[in-house]
Amino acid sequence: MDALLPPLLNGTALGALLLLAALGLTLTFGQMGVINMAHGEFIMAGAFIAYMTQLLVTSSNISILLALPLAFVGAGLLGLLLEIGIIQWMYRRPLDTLLVTVGVALILQQIALQIFPAQGVPVEAPGWLDGQINVLGYAWPLRQVFTIVLAALCLAALAAWLKYSAFGRRIRATVQNRDLAETSGIRTRNIDRVTFFVGSGLAGVAGVAASLIGGTNSQMGTQYIIPAFLVVVAGGVGQIKGTVIAAWAFGIALSFFADWTTGSMAQVLAFVLLVVFLQFRPQGLFTVRTRGLT
Amino acid sequence: MTKIKPWLPLIGIAVFAVLLLVVAPAVLSMHWINNLGKYCCWAIAAVGIGLAWGRGGMLVLGQGVFFGLGAYAMAMHLTLESTAPGSLPVFMILYDPSASLPAFWEPFRSDVFTLAAILLLPVIVAGVLGYALFKRRIKGAYFAILSQALAVALAVLISSTIRETGGDTGLSDFKYFFGFVLNDDANKVMVFMIAAALLIMCLLVVWQLNRSRFGELLIATRDAEERVRFLGYDPANIKLVAYVVAAVMASIAGAMFVPIVGIITPAEIGASASILMIAGVALGGRASLFGPALGAMAIGWGQSSLGSSWPDGWVYILGMVFILVTLFLPMGLSSLFGKAKGLVWRPRETPPATLPDPAAVLEPVDESAVEEVKK
Amino acid sequence: MTAADGSLVVDDLKVEFDGFVAVDGVSFDAHPGEVRFLIGPNGAGKTTCIDAITGLSKGTGSVKLGDQELLGRSTQKIVRLGVGRTFQTASVFEQLSVLQNLDIAAGLHRSSWSLLRARRGVDPAIEVALEQTGLSNERETPAGILSHGQKQWLEIGMMLVQEPRALLLDEPVAGMSQDERTATGELLHRIAERRVVLVVEHDMDFMRRYASRVTVLHQGRLLSEGSVAQVQGDPKVQEVYLGTAGAVTTQAEGE
Repeated sequence: MDALLPPLLNGTALGALLLLAALGLTLTFGQMGVINMAHGEFIMAGAFIAYMTQLLVTSSNISILLALPLAFVGAGLLGLLLEIGIIQWMYRRPLDTLLVTVGVALILQQIALQIFPAQGVPVEAPGWLDGQINVLGYAWPLRQVFTIVLAALCLAALAAWLKYSAFGRRIRATVQNRDLAETSGIRTRNIDRVTFFVGSGLAGVAGVAASLIGGTNSQMGTQYIIPAFLVVVAGGVGQIKGTVIAAWAFGIALSFFADWTTGSMAQVLAFVLLVVFLQFRPQGLFTVRTRGLT
Repeated sequence: MTKIKPWLPLIGIAVFAVLLLVVAPAVLSMHWINNLGKYCCWAIAAVGIGLAWGRGGMLVLGQGVFFGLGAYAMAMHLTLESTAPGSLPVFMILYDPSASLPAFWEPFRSDVFTLAAILLLPVIVAGVLGYALFKRRIKGAYFAILSQALAVALAVLISSTIRETGGDTGLSDFKYFFGFVLNDDANKVMVFMIAAALLIMCLLVVWQLNRSRFGELLIATRDAEERVRFLGYDPANIKLVAYVVAAVMASIAGAMFVPIVGIITPAEIGASASILMIAGVALGGRASLFGPALGAMAIGWGQSSLGSSWPDGWVYILGMVFILVTLFLPMGLSSLFGKAKGLVWRPRETPPATLPDPAAVLEPVDESAVEEVKK
Repeated sequence: MTAADGSLVVDDLKVEFDGFVAVDGVSFDAHPGEVRFLIGPNGAGKTTCIDAITGLSKGTGSVKLGDQELLGRSTQKIVRLGVGRTFQTASVFEQLSVLQNLDIAAGLHRSSWSLLRARRGVDPAIEVALEQTGLSNERETPAGILSHGQKQWLEIGMMLVQEPRALLLDEPVAGMSQDERTATGELLHRIAERRVVLVVEHDMDFMRRYASRVTVLHQGRLLSEGSVAQVQGDPKVQEVYLGTAGAVTTQAEGE
């Protein structure tokens, strides 16, 4: 049991980070059939916002908390810009949006490279995240706990918003049957914009969490985009329940594999595991069953 | 005129062959012959992508895997050519002089094994992955992402196994190419000619596949997979063949890349390299015969010239290529020629891939949700 | 009823999606020599039945063509056993010519290696199909340019070229002009001489003119069966289609 605990806890933290990265993606893919390969760069934007917040608010204890809403809004606005400028003409065309956003991702990476130093910038963790909590004899880093708490809060907020708010109901109606929603007077264009804003904003929040863990540089988006998409595919597109389970499973799998072999072999193994899983459930863990959904 | 029309592509290939194999070596400097050789390699990979994506509808976002398989197979062989049996390649000596050669290196000493590996490794990997995905009807964007995930996984793996594969520094410093001394102008021209000849050969293969019944079936599968199934064929097998052919071509491209450029690193295998290959195909026109090859050469030229003299600007240009081509010219520059003849079509994109839902109603719409909104 | 050689016998077919029962124990049979119609209001489960017979949806029960069980097999196997099917929106290969479309359909039993060669000449079976569907002059036309009716005929032509033992057609005359409907109806009768022909349709007029026998489905169950006159006179059918008033009137007349 002792040997199992660290990778289990590490894996849960990793899963939480993956969840934050994938949550926005599952919203935009499931809602609008749009594949945003620049989602990783929105994560990067969130991380850079955390850095810049720290420059302004020198106390590292507060800056992280301030950075969270700032990153949400900042990344969200980026997403909105992308939607209005390019994506809005490409709904229900996932391959086209994939290619277009590849180009956008390249450009965003380059912009980041020109603004910030190439080797990356450091983001200091707040003092109150130093240290560990003791779980059954294992010293669990507080930073990991923070990631999990953050992911749980975002998940709860998103779920509550979707379930209880008027906007959330409109989103659910649009996902279930877009045509019916339109004729019922729902402005689906605005719904899509808001969804894209929220989805990208979540990426920004993920970026803040990521900045505490690894380097914050122009390439960090490329490290998250593929795992995030794999989580979305495994969980079932547009299915938040599925995304949560898949993210957690991925995190645990990666963590355990990394313990047995090396970090990179773990990625290969996780990939193989996913392909095997898709043999049995090619549509992912959960699917939306509605009339007329493409 | 209609009698000649079907043979026009063949004439085009012949002209292309003359330009590459006769005109270029006579006219270009050594520096440009080397560059052209590099572009030919990317063009070979692009021709395969044109078959799989342009005709087969499979966005293969991770051809870097197969490029890498061919490249590293060739690189291991060339490294061993200048290493005496029993001793270690230089980079391994630097790393750990007392260790022995990793077992998987040994077979690559043999010429025959290396050539066989370059052709067969991609068949095995593409065969297994393609079978696993196509049989379960995983296609479109899901397939694209998974293929890229594999490329990234392989690149990461190679990156981290410094002792076995050279890691991020990669393999380089090749002295011989199947017995020929690489540092010799005449031999360099020969290596270029081999690459160019392979490009011509790949163009011929794709030309024949396109006009054959298989080519028609491939287009049918791209445009109406279910109808193909309902005619008694298995679309998975059809796609598998195209995917494997594309993989073999990418592998050959990688293999020739090594003696021409002189180095192979994980950077040429991962996400960026795979994306670069797609850019050329998209720019040139994925469904045409020459589009992918010419587009890849153009992007290749951009990468070597602008990429080194103005790297920042080059990335922006590359990004804009993706955006502008996808938005305004999705079938690439070759569609401009088609427009001139009045035959342009935009492929109807298939919806996101899930198991095909039967035509029947599954569940009544949750009208309560819509009702609530009306309040 | 026993399965005469070449008949399509559906026995207690059930199709369920996640708890929703789309087809609930339907049984009927179709024989060569007759044009069997499958009708019913929207959502009755007609297309679902066809989906189940052709392997697109999973069903329980039994569907036999001759003495071969179809349920449980993959779509391509079912097609190779001799079942052809058209779709509500004519599903043809729009980028390819009429001839190429038919050639692909005819290639069902060709060897895989022959696929590597380009086509030479025209199969005689394809010439016949071109004549039967009136598309001889359109052989080089890309299928995407054809008119709606022509596309549907092309689809039927593709079925004919495969020489199926059973032909299932899903709303074949939707959107066709009156003349086109007549031509289609006559074509179906010719085809049915040696094959099982099952037609799902909404067009009552088309049914009246060309149906040999009719099966009516309602909410996934068999409602009525028989000749056109029998079914039209059945009060249950009238209730479902016309409402109770119509049923009362005909009851009074019939009794």
